[in-house]
Amino acid sequence: MAAQIEFNNLTLGYERHPAVHHLNGVIEEGALLAVVGPNGAGKSTLFKGIVGSIKPLAGAIALGGVSRREIAYMPQVAEIDRSFPITVYDMIAMGLWRRAGAFGSVGGKLHEKIEEAIASVGLTGFESRAIGGLSGGQFQRMLFARLLLQDARIVVLDEPFNAVDSKTVEELLGLIHRWHSEKRTILAALHDIGLVRENFPQTLLLAREPVAWGETGAVLTAANLRKARQMCEAFDEEAQECVETRAA
Amino acid sequence: MLNYVLAEPLGDPDVRHSLVAVLALSLSAAPVGVFLMLRRMSLVGDAVSHAILPGVAVGFLAGGLSIITMTIGGIVAGIAVALLSGLITRMTEIQEDASLAVFLLLSLALGIVIVTINGIDAARLMDFLFGEAEAKMSAEKLLVIAANTTISLVALALVYRPLVLECVDPHFLRSVSPAGGMAHFVFLGVLVLNLVSGFHALGTLLGVGIMIVPAAISRFWVRDVSGLVAVSAGSALVSGIAGMLMSFYTHVPAGPAVTLVAGALYCASVVFGPVGGLLWRWVSGRHLEA
Repeated sequence: MAAQIEFNNLTLGYERHPAVHHLNGVIEEGALLAVVGPNGAGKSTLFKGIVGSIKPLAGAIALGGVSRREIAYMPQVAEIDRSFPITVYDMIAMGLWRRAGAFGSVGGKLHEKIEEAIASVGLTGFESRAIGGLSGGQFQRMLFARLLLQDARIVVLDEPFNAVDSKTVEELLGLIHRWHSEKRTILAALHDIGLVRENFPQTLLLAREPVAWGETGAVLTAANLRKARQMCEAFDEEAQECVETRAA
Repeated sequence: MLNYVLAEPLGDPDVRHSLVAVLALSLSAAPVGVFLMLRRMSLVGDAVSHAILPGVAVGFLAGGLSIITMTIGGIVAGIAVALLSGLITRMTEIQEDASLAVFLLLSLALGIVIVTINGIDAARLMDFLFGEAEAKMSAEKLLVIAANTTISLVALALVYRPLVLECVDPHFLRSVSPAGGMAHFVFLGVLVLNLVSGFHALGTLLGVGIMIVPAAISRFWVRDVSGLVAVSAGSALVSGIAGMLMSFYTHVPAGPAVTLVAGALYCASVVFGPVGGLLWRWVSGRHLEA
């Protein structure tokens, strides 16, 4: 299998505060990879780096011939303004950005594609609802419909199952497995260790630095998980000290 | 009745200019106000509107009462403050609202110092701050306002889709297109153009009134973006025309007159607006009790 995403001593962060350190490694084409780690481990930051929303402070990400714009990215729900008055249909239609861009019309054939995507996540009938009126599960279904329209070789999902009912999780996992069988490369940040063990063959355990990376069974050991938690806490304390010494 | 109310003001070409100017201003300031509100940037609009004053004052020094030099001065100062304030927030620890509040105060103070040092008379200063009394406006001002509206509407149409997406889901937009940053800057430019228009029509202190208040009104009546823009433009137009007529008849400056009419519409909307208005909350509350 060819390398799809390659990290080369990658350091990412905001305002010169690094959130992910010295990441090296390769994600192969067609991989189904879970990214697991405590809060603040840098999972979202890593994903933003991959889709080009933030630039590396050091090192590089190579994408094996795919352009950044061809990655389908699902941000965390918390980063979306749910009070914004936009309809479910319009939000999903944004998945066609690469075809329609800032000006292209979305009619005829594209309209059919949108309706198809809406139907495959079970949101038919919700088209003209405002996104603020959706439940947690419906909201994630909507974001998955947008991903379907993006029809991308690489799919990056940031906490796709947060605040989602178990029936919706089942159905959305079905979509992820379908993408996997279509040889797409899939990365997902997840909290639920059991769900990762059952559905994701590979895992990257992240605590600002990679703790372990490989077969899920070998990565998600009790010892590794404890180590990840400690590393995150240690890092936070260290950062605290830095600030204090600077102030003194 | 309407005939009687309109006949006298419409006989004066300067008042006719004012009325057409508020029509133009409503069309472009309303969508800008809606986007400010949706991005929770209403206070930014307020701060930048005051920042225009020193620029206008310098334009006034350079070119006297030339509308063009004052317009250019205002645009330059507005853009400078919008960019500088963002930069300072990003480079230092200060919160954006505090940084904007400081800019607002400093610009206002600086602007007034510049115009008074150069011997502006009190009546002219009032015009600067609150708009002209009796709803008078020169043809030249009207042309500048109409030109700003034309540019704004074309620019907003061009960046509309990225602008909406940047509000809802900025990280997704960044993953599919580099247009987000560009849309943001175009929007800031359009904001400044409309604040300068607002300054010409209503004075520097209240020029932003016809932008912010109608947007807040619209939130009580509709839920979708195009509806918000339409309701907002409509209420801006009604407030603008009614306010200008009030200014004509009562000799109150245009800025406070227009803003107060908009304020009355706002109060009515808070009570009667079908989207979250108090009356409906009260009625449905009773419903649940029964």
